[in-house]
Amino acid sequence: MSAVISIDSRAIDNRAIDTLLAARTIWHAGRNPAIVTDGEPTGHAALDALLPQGGWPRGALTELLLPADGVGELNLLLPTLARLTQAGDRIVLIAPPYLAYAPAWQAAGVDLASLEIVEASQRDALWAFEQCLRSGACAAVVGWPQQADAPALRRLQVAADSGSCLGFALRDHKHADNPSPASLRLQYAAESGRWQVRKCRGGPAPALGFRQARH
Amino acid sequence: MLWACIVLPQLALDAVLRRSADPDAPLALVGGSAQLRTLHAVNPAAAQAGLKPGMRLTAALALLPDFAKVNYEPASEARWQRFLAAWAYRHSSLVSAQWPGCIVLEVRASFQLLGPWPQMEARLRSELTTLGFGHRIAMAPTPRAARVLAGLQDGLSVSNPLAMQALLDKVPIRRANLPGNAGERLQRMGIRDLATLRALPRDSLRRRFGADLLQHIEQLYGEADDPLTHYAPPDQFDAKLELGHEVENHMALLFPLRRLIGDLCTYLSIRDGGVQRFVLRLEHEGAQTDVEVGLLAAEREPAMLFELTRNRLERTTIPKPVVGMRLLARELPAFVPAARDLFDLRAQQSLPWPHLRERLRARLGDDAVYRVTPSGDPRPEHAWQRVQGDGAHIADAPTRPPRPLWLLQRAVPLRDRDLHIVSGPERLESGWWDGADARRDYYVLETSRGQRAWAFAPPGERDGWMLHGWFA
Repeated sequence: MSAVISIDSRAIDNRAIDTLLAARTIWHAGRNPAIVTDGEPTGHAALDALLPQGGWPRGALTELLLPADGVGELNLLLPTLARLTQAGDRIVLIAPPYLAYAPAWQAAGVDLASLEIVEASQRDALWAFEQCLRSGACAAVVGWPQQADAPALRRLQVAADSGSCLGFALRDHKHADNPSPASLRLQYAAESGRWQVRKCRGGPAPALGFRQARH
Repeated sequence: MLWACIVLPQLALDAVLRRSADPDAPLALVGGSAQLRTLHAVNPAAAQAGLKPGMRLTAALALLPDFAKVNYEPASEARWQRFLAAWAYRHSSLVSAQWPGCIVLEVRASFQLLGPWPQMEARLRSELTTLGFGHRIAMAPTPRAARVLAGLQDGLSVSNPLAMQALLDKVPIRRANLPGNAGERLQRMGIRDLATLRALPRDSLRRRFGADLLQHIEQLYGEADDPLTHYAPPDQFDAKLELGHEVENHMALLFPLRRLIGDLCTYLSIRDGGVQRFVLRLEHEGAQTDVEVGLLAAEREPAMLFELTRNRLERTTIPKPVVGMRLLARELPAFVPAARDLFDLRAQQSLPWPHLRERLRARLGDDAVYRVTPSGDPRPEHAWQRVQGDGAHIADAPTRPPRPLWLLQRAVPLRDRDLHIVSGPERLESGWWDGADARRDYYVLETSRGQRAWAFAPPGERDGWMLHGWFA
């Protein structure tokens, strides 16, 4: 009788572990789980090869950590943004730090009819960011949440998941040492001129960075 | 088609009586100039005392010293006629109030819904009686014939065109609503009824009485088309709620607000329209506060309209206790539902972009959501502009040397110990026509931190850099 009970409980335990494994909240050490390579292609073949999903993680937040503005962060995103807008999907910029200069964006291949810009104060920007991510009406949302703490980023990550939307948070590299719930964290190292993967869900972070060709 | 005509013989008087406390007391409408006041209409009690329409006020006062006198206003008569046209619009889609003192409506199309004519007539009569308007109703295949028959006898109805012509032939000439004073003149000439009139030679009739008379006769008998001016419901929504007590916080306003928005949306769906701009007016004692709500596209979704009105209401301070709320919508454009792809991959519960945009605008301000488009000006600060709404056209930028993705709002000095020039210069000399003359040499620079900057210097110099953009 007791044997039957223990088998039952083990079956339940296994099932519980399976669900945890499926949700990728725990993983077997030393065993690479089967990763579905369903990422949104970044448009940079070398970067796609580095990332476990073969591109930007879908329905998730990606964090870009920058030493300063203008180090090539938009060039990293532009192939994706251009492709999405040309397909008629909507891209939203939440409170960009500078003016998005229309002739240059157009020259980079972005269809400006699908590029929406939202102006907001620092406090409202987080709210607008979350609303856009959650709505499901946007294919990608780019934001600059400088003051956001871990719970706020967690909210953004959940919102991106429920809206199945690509979220990009561009932040200062001083936040690099703080833990972040983002699925993917890329940091730009000015000395080497490489994008270093700090964290990627679904696999160990590759040691080698991605060097972006500048025009 | 079958037309019913409702003649309202004492519209102005009924409009006064229906709101008077004691309709059986003697009452008269008084019109005319200040020197010559005459009675325009009298109620039965006054008529019993010997008062008649057209009588001088002094004579009436001599007969009956004490009766209620109400000023006669022709404008109010027209307003009540419109009111009744709106009422009739519930029974038929073709309603006309083009002739004074009567309403004409097409009824055949409504038989299927409201039952055959006797049933529908009873319904019209009972509703008019409840509203408090005296009436005479007749039905005929042409609107003019219905009007003539209603003038002759209450309750006449004829649906066969031949029977109608036979009936019309016997109509006395003075009762046929002929244009101008033709009826009176024909009567004096010895022509008693319409049959005799129709037997007369047309040419001489036209010479003596004009083409109007012949046209009227043809339209009366259904031999010519009779285009009527049809009544259309007013193009605005105006509803008001009295709160009954003084309200000072926002929460207590939400329930009446939800009702008003619900009414608006019901009205919009009846009209098959949407709303783009409306005003929520909070009424105080002797003052009012307006909350304006403007949308970029027409909407009629109650939950969404409520939510964004609520957002705007909550940002408004209430200076005084609110005693009433009024919702005014004047711009009611056609509503085009957002097209959705049948094979849309996005989640079912997703919020459509127009709704999301309105939600953002409600909290962040009307100008907060925009798109950008290039324009032809060579000066970087004028080479783009903001556009709002869905219909905006996105221009193509002229081909120019590389431009930065980020532009600074205003150029700032760039100080860096280790700048080196990547490309340049690009001379820009423009803007003499609007006073914002610009002469600059633009360079692409690389800073010590690895940034690509777009900066300019005075022509011919390579110092005093002004940063204008980032190649991000």
